[in-house]
Amino acid sequence: MIYWHLFLAFFIPGILGYGGGPASIPLVEHEVVGNYEWMTTQEFSEVVAIGNSLPGPIATKMAGYIGYTEAGVLGSIVAMFASVAPSLLLMIGMMAILLKYKDEPEVKNLTKIIRPVIAILLGFMTIQFGQESVEGIGPGYTLFLMVASFVLLEKVKLHPAFVIALALVFGAITGL
Amino acid sequence: MVERQEEKNASERPARVLYQNIGLAFFRTGMLGFGGGPSSIPLVHQEVVKNYGWMTDDEFGDTIALANTLPGPIATKIAGYVGYRVAGIRGCLIALAASVIPTVLLMIVFLGLLQTYKDIPWVQHMSASVVPVVAVMLGVLTWDFIKKSGETLGWMRAIFIIVLAGILIEGLQIHPAVVILGCILIVFSPLLTRRKKP
Repeated sequence: MIYWHLFLAFFIPGILGYGGGPASIPLVEHEVVGNYEWMTTQEFSEVVAIGNSLPGPIATKMAGYIGYTEAGVLGSIVAMFASVAPSLLLMIGMMAILLKYKDEPEVKNLTKIIRPVIAILLGFMTIQFGQESVEGIGPGYTLFLMVASFVLLEKVKLHPAFVIALALVFGAITGL
Repeated sequence: MVERQEEKNASERPARVLYQNIGLAFFRTGMLGFGGGPSSIPLVHQEVVKNYGWMTDDEFGDTIALANTLPGPIATKIAGYVGYRVAGIRGCLIALAASVIPTVLLMIVFLGLLQTYKDIPWVQHMSASVVPVVAVMLGVLTWDFIKKSGETLGWMRAIFIIVLAGILIEGLQIHPAVVILGCILIVFSPLLTRRKKP
């Protein structure tokens, strides 16, 4: 049963997340935190944070890790398979058809139309993570970390992995 | 130059070397591509077109364009497809494993450590301090998606879809998958009706 749930939880984001792995983050969150309640928002944010700090595709990293924590190695394989296989099989199987239709306006429009939907999903997730943070560590400290990380990420153009590492070190020191 | 020529003839050399090369190529792109799959595309181009010559620039461009029209993670789609083109199903599996497994293992190690010590107060505070940073990263990603939507659809239409999707998903609690499926159906409906007429 757990394997079937894992499959579904990562199949749906894999088949509907237009715009690559990052676009599927809110869809995965919807299943993992909202639907199956395998993780809290806090735990999920750790997965996104570490996932963003490590190299490699983000969607499969999340699938592999969450599958592993829920149902061991087999769970990990099931979740990764569910997130990768459907779209890959479509690509290999339908290459000829896709090549024929790739210039049709409908096919070109698909990503364009779905992008704003993903945008609002990401927006809701941002608000949810902000709220979670305010409840967990208080509004002042949250605001400070948000402003600091925004400046470091967008103005100083520091690599996200460094920003996460800095936040971890800073949080550990202030938590002592 | 001689070495590059040798690499170009990779497909005529023993299969084992080819499998090794596929593994190496996608291991490198997986381990060096920070920031998720889409940011690793230039690295994949480097390996597939320049380094091993498995595809021409045009073929690679087509592959990217097609991968973009399909849903799901982009890096693995490309890895799997290139692996399949170069060395069949085994090539596909090797490329996928090489690009995915090493980083998943790292993930399990790092988060496992965090989970083991999560009851220590300063570790708790440490992981709680990451939440606002992730919120900022998601906020930046949100803005990227909004900006791109406005640029490709025009701001009026983009904002209309954003607000409508927001009401459906958050207000009426409709599953996001249903909303996206609805979009797909609406986009494809003119194509279907057009094809019915001979």
